[in-house]
Amino acid sequence: MVEFDVVSLPETDHVAEGDTAPDFTRPLVNDEYWEDRALADVVDGPTLLLFHPMDGAFQGTYLYNTVDDHGWSDDVDVLGVSISTPYAHKRLLADRGDGVRIFSDPGADVIEEYGLAHDVDGMTGITESRPAVLLLDADRTVEHAWVASEHPEFPDGEAIDDAVAGLVD
Amino acid sequence: MSEPQITLYRLQACPFCERVVRTLDELDLPYRSRYVEPMHSERNVVKRVSGARSVPAIVDRETGVTMSESANIVEYLNGTYGEGGA
Repeated sequence: MVEFDVVSLPETDHVAEGDTAPDFTRPLVNDEYWEDRALADVVDGPTLLLFHPMDGAFQGTYLYNTVDDHGWSDDVDVLGVSISTPYAHKRLLADRGDGVRIFSDPGADVIEEYGLAHDVDGMTGITESRPAVLLLDADRTVEHAWVASEHPEFPDGEAIDDAVAGLVD
Repeated sequence: MSEPQITLYRLQACPFCERVVRTLDELDLPYRSRYVEPMHSERNVVKRVSGARSVPAIVDRETGVTMSESANIVEYLNGTYGEGGA
């Protein structure tokens, strides 16, 4: 077992279970095009909303490999959010994240509103998202929430499996 | 909120696409704006809806019309929705 030298992230008042996920409009990217979409218009059933660090960072790569391995997009809508551009999202979706769509939030305003902002040391001027997984029902109520409290930290795929199964059944 | 009937497929900073946007705005027509990739080979969605990979392309569900080429589109929009149009 390789020992990580993990950094604890400060406490944050993030969107949590029982909250209604705040609405926002951002370009939503699929494997063919992007267009402005409002979260409230896109969510029409159980939805996994994934916040992740910018495309290219290994955390996002791992996250979408996990999404594909568990086949979550077969059971629920899977939506990502990162600060990367639509062009970067399209490249990411060409390689992984089958059936996933990703919002582009370069100014990190949505990320800030969700209480997930993370200023990464050594990248001045860039506000990142900490990894977070929110499972929403059709009216955007948060049924399950996981937010990283260490850097790096990865979501527990089996816990998400259980939450998805609980909401879909 | 009702869905706009017109969908525009466009490329960022494409002057011909902006020309169509100007006409849509002048006619006060709501539209869905879908950006595609600069790489011609990656515009399968445009090929699927319009038969060609060129942008701009519009789909008008109100009339059932799908069209490419900005001059054609501008003429169509003015003729259909402009003053004196059908």
